[in-house]
Amino acid sequence: MPQNALKIKDHADLFNEPEYQALLAEKRANFECPHPEAKVQEVIEWTKSWDYREKNLARQAVTINPAKACQPLGAVFAAAGFEETLSFVHGSQGCVAYYRSHLARHFKEPSSAVSSSMTEDAAVFGGLNNMIEGLANAYTLYKPKMIAVSTTCMAEVIGDDLNAFIQNSKKAGSIPQDFDVPFAHTPAFVGSHTTGYDNMIKGILTHFWEGQTRVEGDGINIIPGFDGYSVGNLRELKRIFDLMGVPYTILSDTSDVYDTPSDGEYRMYSGGTTLEATRAALNAKATISLQADCTTKTMEYIASKGQQVFAFNYPLGVQATDALLVKITELTGRPVPEALVLERGRLVDAYADSMNYVHGKSFAVYGDPDFVTGMARFLIEVGAEPVHLLATNGSKAWAKALEEEMAASPFGKQAKVWAGKDLWHLRSLLFTEPADYLIGNSYGKYLEKDCDIPLIRLTFPIFDRHHHHRFPTLGYHGGLQVFVKLLDKIFDVLDAKTSKTGISFDLTR
Amino acid sequence: MSLDSTNAPAYQNDGEFHQQLIKEVLAAYPDKSAKRRAKHLSVSGADKPDCGVKSNIKSIPGVMTIRGCSYAGSKGVVWGPIKDMVHISHGPVGCGHYSWSQRRNYNTGTAGIDSFVTMQVTSDFQERDIVFGGDKKLASIIDELDDLFPLNKGITIQSECPIGLIGDDIEAVSRTKSKQIEKPIVPVRCEGFRGVSQSLGHHIANDAIRDWIFDRKGPKAAVETTPYDVTIIGDYNIGGDAWSSRILLEEIGLRVVAQWSGDGSLAELERGPQSKLNLIHCYRSMNYIVRHMEEKHGTPWLEYNFFGPSQIAASLREIASHFDDTIKENAEKVIAKYQPLVDAVLARFKPRLNGKTVMLYVGGLRPRHVMTAYEDLGMQIVGTGYEFAHRDDYQRTASYVKEGTLIYDDVSGYELEKFIERIRPDLVGSGIKEKYPTQKLGVPFRQMHSWDYSGPYHGYDGFAIFARDMDIAVNSPIWSIFKAPWDKAA
Repeated sequence: MPQNALKIKDHADLFNEPEYQALLAEKRANFECPHPEAKVQEVIEWTKSWDYREKNLARQAVTINPAKACQPLGAVFAAAGFEETLSFVHGSQGCVAYYRSHLARHFKEPSSAVSSSMTEDAAVFGGLNNMIEGLANAYTLYKPKMIAVSTTCMAEVIGDDLNAFIQNSKKAGSIPQDFDVPFAHTPAFVGSHTTGYDNMIKGILTHFWEGQTRVEGDGINIIPGFDGYSVGNLRELKRIFDLMGVPYTILSDTSDVYDTPSDGEYRMYSGGTTLEATRAALNAKATISLQADCTTKTMEYIASKGQQVFAFNYPLGVQATDALLVKITELTGRPVPEALVLERGRLVDAYADSMNYVHGKSFAVYGDPDFVTGMARFLIEVGAEPVHLLATNGSKAWAKALEEEMAASPFGKQAKVWAGKDLWHLRSLLFTEPADYLIGNSYGKYLEKDCDIPLIRLTFPIFDRHHHHRFPTLGYHGGLQVFVKLLDKIFDVLDAKTSKTGISFDLTR
Repeated sequence: MSLDSTNAPAYQNDGEFHQQLIKEVLAAYPDKSAKRRAKHLSVSGADKPDCGVKSNIKSIPGVMTIRGCSYAGSKGVVWGPIKDMVHISHGPVGCGHYSWSQRRNYNTGTAGIDSFVTMQVTSDFQERDIVFGGDKKLASIIDELDDLFPLNKGITIQSECPIGLIGDDIEAVSRTKSKQIEKPIVPVRCEGFRGVSQSLGHHIANDAIRDWIFDRKGPKAAVETTPYDVTIIGDYNIGGDAWSSRILLEEIGLRVVAQWSGDGSLAELERGPQSKLNLIHCYRSMNYIVRHMEEKHGTPWLEYNFFGPSQIAASLREIASHFDDTIKENAEKVIAKYQPLVDAVLARFKPRLNGKTVMLYVGGLRPRHVMTAYEDLGMQIVGTGYEFAHRDDYQRTASYVKEGTLIYDDVSGYELEKFIERIRPDLVGSGIKEKYPTQKLGVPFRQMHSWDYSGPYHGYDGFAIFARDMDIAVNSPIWSIFKAPWDKAA
């Protein structure tokens, strides 16, 4: 009997017991009509070949293991960063269950959002009644300060008009006339979650800014973009801006939303950018986006209001942080304080201590375009060599710019940038042109297993490792986290490799 | 059906208090919604053979229903685990993304080669596909998949919302391409807006098995039959549940010719109708197809429960009663063989869990089926409810629940939170969306969809894990440090 009450085996051990191994083998042989083992091996080997790679890269129609989600996820994440704001997603209800689950699995936190629960009759007659009833219920039950409306693809296909629907709902008395209900159309068949983020931030700013006259002040707006590390990163950025004495507003501050304490109270709402600050953000001197690709339309809109706008690409490491601080100094006249200068020196010091372990190591990186760009720059900064840089939701323009930038560096010159490709493409790339390490998210574990390339999890979503997002990756402190993650993996791999013979299994490295 | 359990503890819940709670939560709604929600909330009693709730009705907009959609019921539940077929999430990228590898349907085979369960294959609809239709793209996708995954045994098309709205003819594409590649191609009309929950997706997925697998012309997987052939139906092998069930059925001398659909294969789907007895675990998601096999092929079916030793023993006896004396004797031997394990598990954990109260809110079969497993550990169920049950589920539940149990159908986030806050059970078993709000309150929680990444929970081997996990949840030292010392003093 495989089980033992005193030393209980769960799935990780139980099914390796001989009774279960025999059961699985017999099931396969007798009931599954499996392909012959030799055939399976042949196909396994074939999928590693250049021949397969060419077929795989030539496909035009099917997408396999894409590293992107759909617009409303980004909209729900963006809206979550505003004070006591409830996302209301107009369309089918299953979508909302999915966004909530997805965010909860990454942050290990509650994730609230409601749906207008449209079904077949709404598909025929439109979802106005669902909106009227839904807004009233959400407002009454959950008492939000603001309801941010986005859409699932169902509502988009049938062409529901959010602006008109919200006005009608107000007329019908669902919610008070003056209640804040910004909205964004977020069709899932356009762009990805980063597009949805962009649309929702723009929708919220439009809601608060239209009709106001801008009076330029000296504040700086920061738009973080879709970031699974927002908890750690936004706290770190706030610390940096406070040290610099810069007046700032973070537009969509999810740091306290996705990191509430366990003390006996459930806080459905926590933190977030206040509505007042959001309204006042029109008067900022400038807006800085930390992820250009997440904020294309938003930045256009802000620029049209007369603000200076500057977009970064998820600034990781020393030089990217330098550039961000230089820009803030330029805009505000506030010098970089001694404390940050010291932090910078400490990060450079860490690089100096350990660079020989990362120098010349090759990396494949995938994720959202800004993350991939930021990570590629980090790698060449420490002497590592990016070889494959892939973003399923990256544009051709993004790929061209990054490839040119990498080509100019002796460490980046071999990098190939893959826009619009998915993780099944990456599998072929890694088999034919391997990298020493892979940087991505939890989905990369399948590539790690198939291609035997160690995975470093540094971007959303991370489901199978806990709490990393509570630590920053941005700023000099964040750079240290990123660097240590690379080093830890490299050292673990080195120990595993040398433990077989004991030769080179060194105590001090 | 609830199988009589011999040692269920006698307890009764505070029905009056639960009635009061229902009043309290309804008071928070606008009137019209309160009236609608009132039908879904009840307190169990002898006079309520359906637990006193209405079910399988549209969710109210804006209340934060916990339910999913038809696509989730088909791709996520019924079809997704069939391992040697490639399942296309047909439409925009999101649905396949969020459901990618989340249900822990364990399977053997090599991912991407002869098993495709842990992959997200999608037509990734763009605006032009919505405008011009996606049928041509679908045909190309099928060609590409068959080319890149030559060992696939077939393909299913899991429709997302837009498919049914733009008038695509996926059935025609399926017929044409199936002839070309000489493999089954199964179009499933499980668009998320159909029906009121996951449930219609199960039904549509079941019908697709009937229409596109059973009724498909051409050679099918045959196997020599024996008088002892059974199937496991409605077990999705979450954390290996179907395997820890299969081992018991094999031990009593039965031959499990098919698993539906956890660790299942096309051959096993095709072989279903040859079974002598269909054993169904999750009645809700697969009763349609067992009823069809009963009507068309005369195959009897039996609902069983492999959660917890009382129901496992009762189920094994009930299953064996359909076979000859050898099987009946074997069932007794197997029950006796595992008794020492059960005794040891109870000796270790029952003293730590006895009298602890539990609230459940899950889907499928679990809001009733796991109750007795908790009761085997001495725990008491104070409230339970289903995401997407029908009346027949609540009828089946009535014999499981004790008097005065709080019943909540399609509970809203608001209601569940209030119920938990006021009842303060020792444990809540529900899903990922409910986990963190509950834990913040200081109330122990286990995910009862994914087994909180543990399992299996089925069978005797699974019961030991179940008991261990509930003990971890309830008796972890971390619950005692929620309050800071200066708060305690206050």
